[in-house]
Amino acid sequence: MTAIDPSPNHLQLTRGGQLRHFLTLDGLNRELLTDILDTADSFIEVGERSIKKVPLLRGRTVVNLFFESSTRTRSTFELAAKRLSADVLNLDISTSATSKGESLSDTLLNLEAMASDMFVVRHSQSGAPHFIADNVTPGVAIINAGDGRHAHPTQAMLDMLTIRQHKGSFAGLKVAIVGDILHSRVARSQIRALNELGAEEVRVIAPGTLLPRDVEDLGCTVEYDMARGMRDLDVVIMLRLQKERMEGALLPSEREFYRLYGLNQDKLALAKPDCIVMHPGPINRGVEIESAVADGPQSVILNQVTNGIAIRMAVMSMAMGGQMAERQQKQMEREGGRA
Amino acid sequence: MTALLDINQLLDELETGLREVLERRGIENPALIGIRTGGVWIADVLNKRLGLKQDFGELDISFYRDDFSRIGLNPTVTPSSLAFDTEGRDIILVDDVIMSGRTIRAAMNEIFDYGRPASIILATLIDLGARELPIQPDVVGKVLELETYQRVKLRGPEPLHIEFQETGQ
Repeated sequence: MTAIDPSPNHLQLTRGGQLRHFLTLDGLNRELLTDILDTADSFIEVGERSIKKVPLLRGRTVVNLFFESSTRTRSTFELAAKRLSADVLNLDISTSATSKGESLSDTLLNLEAMASDMFVVRHSQSGAPHFIADNVTPGVAIINAGDGRHAHPTQAMLDMLTIRQHKGSFAGLKVAIVGDILHSRVARSQIRALNELGAEEVRVIAPGTLLPRDVEDLGCTVEYDMARGMRDLDVVIMLRLQKERMEGALLPSEREFYRLYGLNQDKLALAKPDCIVMHPGPINRGVEIESAVADGPQSVILNQVTNGIAIRMAVMSMAMGGQMAERQQKQMEREGGRA
Repeated sequence: MTALLDINQLLDELETGLREVLERRGIENPALIGIRTGGVWIADVLNKRLGLKQDFGELDISFYRDDFSRIGLNPTVTPSSLAFDTEGRDIILVDDVIMSGRTIRAAMNEIFDYGRPASIILATLIDLGARELPIQPDVVGKVLELETYQRVKLRGPEPLHIEFQETGQ
């Protein structure tokens, strides 16, 4: 796999600064992130109508290209594309062409030959969506639906939308991300988004074994003690323990992890009274979070799911729009050149 | 060069015309919907003048524009807001200017996604002609024929006024 460009804006933005692909939040400025949130806000209202569809991607073909299974993310991308009136093809690559020996490049060429307009890519290897975006036919938009430990930008943006809905703005906010930071692509994207949008403090709370080396370089403070870390919080984001990604014993036991880093009502009481509780799902009840908290009045976990559809509609329509605007621009330049 | 058209005179024409259409069709409880931005300002005025009890609706047709495939998404889209059920309702759709008719087509498509209205009456403050689709307003404040170098623009909301501009080209 190619090395990941930390700020691949030459790849994911048009010359006019519009989205062309959506690969990472790295390098995207506050204005563009806010545009995504504002557009998503408008799409929320669409989900409340009698007919929950708009015609923006009518006649376009979106391919959900999942090299790694994920029912929830794939479902929300599928629903988002359908609410934009696109035709949707779901491909579980782990059980199809590549397992028969076809290379990734050949799989992509075949999908492009079916006149696809957008690939939503989930891959266990960091950088896979970048690689595809770098090699795909011009005009096809690539959306990162999670790659390795690298990034999960739509998940981070739906979290930002949920925070903005409940807190109004990001100014002055103290936000903690708790748990398995080491294996979390979501945490990296969340830290990046929170800093760019102006949160006062982004704190990670985790045992040393579940923190990446030089984690502070991502733009956060570190707290190993949950009780201290919960103080003054406006938002607490619990992460799922990614047991399937752990190699070797990083934890003494799930019970020990829950005792030290699981969110229960006593620990939540240490935060601000209006602190909201988030979790990207799926929840391991009794491992990362107590049921009374997950289902309690401060939980906004189901809002995150609803917002996931709106954010994905926003990103898909903005990337497709950017591709179309760029094509139009190039055509005008060609015609100008001929004149 | 800028000259002002008399906004109050145009609004009077619209109000009178609408009252006549409503009476002729026997409509007693219509709901107003304005198309952002200018149509919303006009809808606000007409809602008060017609003495309608409920709030008017606001449509942002950005998700329904037929030029998305050429220019992409409008960067300043804001959610539409209809605080009433359109199903079976008599709707008065309001915009400031009608020209090609494409905006009205998009607006009607969007309205039908909220429910099937009983009828739609179209009211526009100014009709510039140059239609590209077979859509005509039921009521207009004024019909204008502009030269290619001339523009009209509704400014508002306070004070609401029309600018008539000659670009000099």
